Amino acid sequence: MKGPLEMELSIEAKTENLYTVLAFIDEQIEKAAPPMKVQMQIEVAVEEIFVNISQYAYAPNTGMAVIRVDLADDPAEIRISFIDSGVPYNPLAKDDPDVTLSVEERQIGGLGIYMVKKSMDDIFYEYKDGKNCLTITKRI
Amino acid sequence: MTINKKADGTELTVSLEGRLDTTTAPELEAEMNSCIDGLTKLTFDMAALDYISSAGLRVLLSSQKAMNKNGSMIIKNANDDLMEIFEVTGFIDIFTIE
Repeated sequence: MKGPLEMELSIEAKTENLYTVLAFIDEQIEKAAPPMKVQMQIEVAVEEIFVNISQYAYAPNTGMAVIRVDLADDPAEIRISFIDSGVPYNPLAKDDPDVTLSVEERQIGGLGIYMVKKSMDDIFYEYKDGKNCLTITKRI
Repeated sequence: MTINKKADGTELTVSLEGRLDTTTAPELEAEMNSCIDGLTKLTFDMAALDYISSAGLRVLLSSQKAMNKNGSMIIKNANDDLMEIFEVTGFIDIFTIE
């Protein structure tokens, strides 16, 4: 059995870099051959998290984000960590949006991270050494 | 993303192809802002749409809110992955999905 694979991308956190990030993620997770559905769930999660970092972590300036992909064999799972040195922010501390409200009452805020929570098997946040680190895990 | 519009009087069908995400959602938003006034029926055909994120859902929600005033909005041909996103986000109860 091969050991765990870990790859890292260091990139300026700005929305324009979204496709570069997604291309990196796709290239890495392809090695684990996830089903299409899982691949899309991961892409949505990566987009929501990376765009959040791009818009808020260093506002009004920009800064770097490090994205680390870790493919584990046993159990087979994909772990992706997002690390930034911006303002401390725990996206998991926010209340989930009320998804039962009517169309007139529905707000879109908080929906992105809610989609991540619903589609991933685990999501973990820690603030350590001046850095935000958010890790999502998806079993395949 | 490719946006194809087909109008029939005050009814409009918008066919989406590709990805409706943070990068492409503003395009659709601009398109809808320019033509949604006066529509009585708006249909989004998602047969060729592969992907949607919260940025895309935001545009669909604002279109739904606009259409509630004087017409109806329908989403059709969404694939299973898109349907699951509508489901977990509760939008399955908000949108009319055929």
